[in-house]
Amino acid sequence: MKSKTIRRWSFIHTWTSLICTAFLLMLALTGLPLIFHHEIEHLLGDAPVLRQMPADTPHLDLQQLVAKAQAHRPGEVMQYFGWDEDEPNGVITIMAKTAGTEPNLSHTYMLDARTGEPVAMPSANGGLMMFILRLHVDLFAGLPGKLLLAFMGILFVLAIVSGAVLYLPFMRRLKFGTVRQEKSTRLRWLDLHNLIGIVTLTWALVVGVTGVVSACADLLIAAWRNEALSAMIEPYREAPPLTRLAPASQLLEIAQRAAPEMQADFIAFPGTRFSSEHHYAVFMKGSTHLTSHLLTPVLIDASTLEVTAIAERPWYMDVMGMSQPLHFGDYGGMPMKVLWAALDVLTIIVLGSGLYLWTARRRAAKPPAVAQESTP
Amino acid sequence: MRPRQSNFWKVFATPTVIALLSAAGLFAALLGDGIWDGLSWIGLGVPAVLGVRGLMQRQ
Repeated sequence: MKSKTIRRWSFIHTWTSLICTAFLLMLALTGLPLIFHHEIEHLLGDAPVLRQMPADTPHLDLQQLVAKAQAHRPGEVMQYFGWDEDEPNGVITIMAKTAGTEPNLSHTYMLDARTGEPVAMPSANGGLMMFILRLHVDLFAGLPGKLLLAFMGILFVLAIVSGAVLYLPFMRRLKFGTVRQEKSTRLRWLDLHNLIGIVTLTWALVVGVTGVVSACADLLIAAWRNEALSAMIEPYREAPPLTRLAPASQLLEIAQRAAPEMQADFIAFPGTRFSSEHHYAVFMKGSTHLTSHLLTPVLIDASTLEVTAIAERPWYMDVMGMSQPLHFGDYGGMPMKVLWAALDVLTIIVLGSGLYLWTARRRAAKPPAVAQESTP
Repeated sequence: MRPRQSNFWKVFATPTVIALLSAAGLFAALLGDGIWDGLSWIGLGVPAVLGVRGLMQRQ
């Protein structure tokens, strides 16, 4: 590699990193507790706990649950019912003033599927973990915040790639893993930056890219609505708004018949951004480990309960589905979460040492030698 | 400053193995529980341990 090439890559590495470092430090720090959000919610007593009942207590049907939900929060309408594998007797219920209300203004709680009793889920509506989540997801700035973070994520990926290119000239005369301890603090941290940076490369790239994809989720969902959904609901364009919905009781059975190999993950009620004004959408997930992250919506006419369509899943919705576990690190038990946290802390160290190396280099370059100034 | 071609693999052989192990680790747990989880812990454990070991070693 020519020294000119090295200087160019070094320039890319310096500036992509410098611009994104503050944001990435925030993301890595807020991401750390989010890895363990499940455990923290249990610890804080924020996780919903259902009462003990005999194991075979039957569940109410969905329309009975809808009635319970509406009695619990009069003046609001149903947006979603969701299922959580950890609590087979609970149904996560999301309601808001209108079906189209944006997610941050919705109220989330759990209904006991056996009694219809509401159980609070405080951490889904506010509190410290929600504060951390909002910082991590959109800086409390909605879509512009998400897109800003997505852009920072792209810079992070560029910083990783350019860093890997620079690894070659820096390590040419050194054995892998060498950390020169005795020469100077700067050299020790340079070696650590290179070592930790190169070993965490794959993980950081995957978490970075999947983070960018997740940050663009709103755009992907909007694209999916425009493409797939609008074609299917075209015949309903002129139809008057529904004043009464057909009962939700049989939705799961209807969806199950339409997509027999799959399981229900959540139901979007008519009018939400995951359904249409005239449809219930039952989102079915695959039954294998891999396909459980991929969702197929079954659109059910909300007045006749006929299946209008089983929507096609465009590739970008699959990418979005697979990005979630790969970003959260929640798919390999507690040991994986601990490793995820360790790799996250190592990334913080790479970011911090990068910043230190930059300032150390500038300080070293400044006073005596004027000619060196231009190499960052 | 001109490296010979062989320098590339001299420098990148070990990092490539680590990258492949991490990728396999990230992918394995998507496929199933049990043994697959175990494989993913090994795959992701290697970079984590190497990074922490670098930090720990002091004369």
